[in-house]
Amino acid sequence: MTSAGSGLTLLQTCALSLLVFTGASQFALVGALAAGGSPFTAAAGAFFLGVRNAFYGLRLSQLLALPRAVRPFAAQWVIDETAAVSLAQPTRRSARIGFLVTGLSLYVLWNLTTLLGALGAEAIGDTDAWGLDAAGPAVFLALLAPMLRTGTERLVAGLAVLLGLGLLPVLPAGVPVLVAAFAAPAVLWAQGRRRGTGRGDAKERSDAPARGGIPEEDR
Amino acid sequence: MNIWIAIGVTALGCYAVKLAGLLVPAGALERPLVRRLAALLPVALLAALTAQQTFADGRTLVLDARAVGLAAAAVALMLRAPFLVVVGAAVAVTAGVRALGG
Repeated sequence: MTSAGSGLTLLQTCALSLLVFTGASQFALVGALAAGGSPFTAAAGAFFLGVRNAFYGLRLSQLLALPRAVRPFAAQWVIDETAAVSLAQPTRRSARIGFLVTGLSLYVLWNLTTLLGALGAEAIGDTDAWGLDAAGPAVFLALLAPMLRTGTERLVAGLAVLLGLGLLPVLPAGVPVLVAAFAAPAVLWAQGRRRGTGRGDAKERSDAPARGGIPEEDR
Repeated sequence: MNIWIAIGVTALGCYAVKLAGLLVPAGALERPLVRRLAALLPVALLAALTAQQTFADGRTLVLDARAVGLAAAAVALMLRAPFLVVVGAAVAVTAGVRALGG
């Protein structure tokens, strides 16, 4: 797919798909490498995108009640889709079947399409002329859109866009995305603080902007 | 070689968090703040990545055919189009704008 257009070989593209098997992280890694990021900043961004899978795992381990010996094998299939299907099932038996069927079929299909996409991209040559460089951001947008349910998510997204674009010219490749990740704790912290000050310390809040504003007026 | 390092580190890290979710006792990660943060981290990362891959050319910001393609994808998302249609719309519109000399 897009990775073949970013300088990865066919083997590297397929290994990434087989070993990582969580779509957003794969695209993020490829994008960061294509932009000239170091392998470690690229991997860090991809890793943070994969952290949500741990929370799917938490819900699934209670639901599926897998034997300990099976868990290391089941883990690779803990992704958005299998979690969504399994958590929607009414019984443990159907949840287990749902997890197995979704995991197996997605794993096979995903890796087959990766292979075909990589072969196809090699055959096409200039992927930019076909607009394939727009596929990466479109995939991210499609993954992001269902997450923007409340104002908090939109605020985080907006702040992350500003940080990601604003810092791009000044920081090494791959680093601005990691800095943009701080939009999440920053918004949570600001909200927690607002709730805290709302209870009785409103004076400090009204003072804060004034104190911050003085030096600017002096300049 | 660098790419193999990146693939290896990412694969290990992503597998480790998947496995951790299955193995860790429920209480350890069930704190509300941790859950909120885990839900918001992908939002921040995806938003930043979307913006960068749309408007960045190396380390400079540009406005080119990709922005039009992304707008098409956004429209497709609002119409609740399936995933492949959304991506296809972005690719087709970007290629179309480039073909017209944009």
